Amino acid sequence: MTGATPQELDPTRIRADFPIFARQVHGQDLVYLDSASTSQKPQAMLDAMVGFYSTSNANVHRGVYTLGVESTDAYEAARDAVARLINAPSRREVVFTRNTTEALNLVAKTVGVERCGPGDVIVSTVLEHHANLVPWQVLAQATGATLRFLDVDDEGRLQLDELDAIAREGNVRIVAVTHQSNTLGVRPPVEELVRWARAQGALVVLDAAQTVPNRPVDVQALDVDFLAFSGHKTLAPTGIGVLWGREAILAETQPFLTGGEMIRSVALDRTSWNTLPWKFEAGTPAFAEAVGLHAAIDYLEAVGLDAIDAHEHAITEYALGRLDEVTGLRIVGPPDAAARGGVVSFVLDDVHPHDIAEILDRHAVCVRAGHHCTQPLMQRLGHAATVRASFYLYTTTAEIDRLIDGLHDVRRVMGV
Amino acid sequence: MDDLYRENLMDHYRHPRNHGTLEHPDCEAEGKNPLCGDEVELDVEVVDGRINAIRFTGNGCAVSQAATSMLTDLVQGLPVAEAAALPSQAIIDELGIPLSAMRVKCAVLGLGTLKVALHRGVGTPLPPEWGADDDEMVWG
Ligand SMILES: Cc1ncc(COP(=O)(O)O)c(C=O)c1O
Repeated sequence: MTGATPQELDPTRIRADFPIFARQVHGQDLVYLDSASTSQKPQAMLDAMVGFYSTSNANVHRGVYTLGVESTDAYEAARDAVARLINAPSRREVVFTRNTTEALNLVAKTVGVERCGPGDVIVSTVLEHHANLVPWQVLAQATGATLRFLDVDDEGRLQLDELDAIAREGNVRIVAVTHQSNTLGVRPPVEELVRWARAQGALVVLDAAQTVPNRPVDVQALDVDFLAFSGHKTLAPTGIGVLWGREAILAETQPFLTGGEMIRSVALDRTSWNTLPWKFEAGTPAFAEAVGLHAAIDYLEAVGLDAIDAHEHAITEYALGRLDEVTGLRIVGPPDAAARGGVVSFVLDDVHPHDIAEILDRHAVCVRAGHHCTQPLMQRLGHAATVRASFYLYTTTAEIDRLIDGLHDVRRVMGV
Repeated sequence: MDDLYRENLMDHYRHPRNHGTLEHPDCEAEGKNPLCGDEVELDVEVVDGRINAIRFTGNGCAVSQAATSMLTDLVQGLPVAEAAALPSQAIIDELGIPLSAMRVKCAVLGLGTLKVALHRGVGTPLPPEWGADDDEMVWG
């Protein structure tokens, strides 16, 4: 990836690669605006998995026979693809998990438990998805550490003015923050937070579930210690996610789950652990899903993550402009396209978001309505629920137009 | 295309029946579905073992509010035991629209609140599935 202007991406051509867009809902072409929840899948990814199951399926790291060697190679090649995607210094730092949630729990329940105690401070933010909040709450309760949350302003921008006060409360051990809010699309000032965390000697855990899918993410440039993302939001299948962590930390950390795969040798009274990354991969891994993830990464890289980022920015700008035309509609989050990704939350007069989503469904427009697994954030912003539209590389302006038409119909049906 | 938001439902949503509160209710309760933010508060006056008056206030999606409005019409004048035994299907039938599993929760919020209110106020039996707070319904 170079600094050159990204090649412009043609979402109409991209859609041809995604079989689901051939589908109709209620007799109309599908408008899928829920990619922040999970992405749709390109044929190339589906073919890779079918191909794997059809020709090379065998358990990994076991068989001496040809199929077992092929499947192990395919699984480990997926790890190399992930390492390349996020610019990991070493493949030993790439641990396959089920999803972001499991990756974050892994950190909290191993590194977290080992490094936190009474008098220590864990810092997170009110922006977080429950997956990057509950594990730290549980960790704080289990270890006696204090958990502090950075607040946001009324448009969801993270406030850093509490940091000095927090630093005086104890040893800050862990800073867990999202790279982009899945509810509002805002991107908090991670760089500043990382600098502060470094000065405190704290580890930084970055929830990149919303950014690895759609823009270049470089763990070395970010200078974080852990990063998590989910395959299913990244054009890949469900059941596979990634934890990237610094080798020096992972090497001296005790395992998360124990059993097969993660061992070197087992006697009845003692076990020695496997080397990295397998020490953190207990049991038969999701190797077919890893093959799918590899194909998904190949697809993303062929399109270009810079181009995807630029496309999402353009679509978001277009969507914000058009949503502004809808009477009674209020954006929840920053009203401009700067410093945000392809996610827009809104409310419409006092129409309940579930009613909006249900009426939009009659127009074959898929949006999410609810709290988006960010209840503390919703509470902070004073909403029980919002409607969320989220965009990806296959989102077109025509889809945004269908959303707007649908919203006008919501106003008509609900009589507002 | 508006099979969900047909006229009857929207009429109850826009013009809820029995809306408001009672000054001296014999039974009262509130129900909440924190997952979607639907809320209903019910006041009931019981005379000679029958529901003499019922009022509700609430906030939430059209299905939850219209269903509660229909419920108040449905149980007006009923013996409390009969009202307390009303099955969910009675409300779903009253709505007369296709409901996904998620929307069924919205539809029966008012009914659950009524069962809790009657149980507390006049001691009608409360089946366990309506009594305990779970992560979807909270009774206050
Ligand atoms: C920012 C963020 N973090 C974490 C998660 C959890 O991801 P998963 O459910 O794949 O574990 C999500 C998914 O919704 C998310 O958007």
